[in-house]
Amino acid sequence: MPEIKSAAKIEHLEQLIDFVAGHAEMVGFPVNRINEIELATEEVLVNIFQYAYPGIDGDVVIDCRTEDEVRLILVISDQGAPFNILKVPDPDVTRDISDREIGGLGVFFVKEMVDEARYRRKGNSNILTLIFDKRH
Amino acid sequence: MDAVTTPEFEQKLGGWIDEGEIRFIVDFAGLDYISSAGLRGILTSVKRLKAEGGQIVLTSLHGTVKEVFEISGFSTIIPIYESVEAALQEM
Repeated sequence: MPEIKSAAKIEHLEQLIDFVAGHAEMVGFPVNRINEIELATEEVLVNIFQYAYPGIDGDVVIDCRTEDEVRLILVISDQGAPFNILKVPDPDVTRDISDREIGGLGVFFVKEMVDEARYRRKGNSNILTLIFDKRH
Repeated sequence: MDAVTTPEFEQKLGGWIDEGEIRFIVDFAGLDYISSAGLRGILTSVKRLKAEGGQIVLTSLHGTVKEVFEISGFSTIIPIYESVEAALQEM
């Protein structure tokens, strides 16, 4: 199954996103759904880039496959500190601009865009599975 | 506007604010993608302009960009218009 591995650094964001989007495109996901998949993937990756490896280098791996040509399954893993991104509380999206904070918004987008998400810690790895149906 | 490109937007807009511009219409007609990093950049600009007595409005949001503004609640805290012409009439 197709897999990409790279250093968990922001300069690799585009390459990783392109890998994922390329697969979604190949199985005929509509453009809007591909954008949503890119969004969820970026939010997860940026989180890993920023927090998984404080002060040290590390990798991120994305495994990408499709099921019956209607579902895209992404497995994103890192060897950083245990962290379940799905447990991040949702932000208050009704708050006024002056005291609005952005924390949690990225994770909120992930939850909004996926059809299913699962986290598990295996050995020293964080393993996040995101499932996207062709039509959300 | 993602985690890589948003700093460019912030620098460009920040430069204009430094030069004394405080009222902006930002046309998103050509924008197909925005993430939370992009929203963060816009929020930074909005807050800075508010402090300076200025304003930023957005136009022509579509597709996933529009969706992101809606689900994040940003569409209720930043003025959004159908087109640049519509924004000019209101401002």
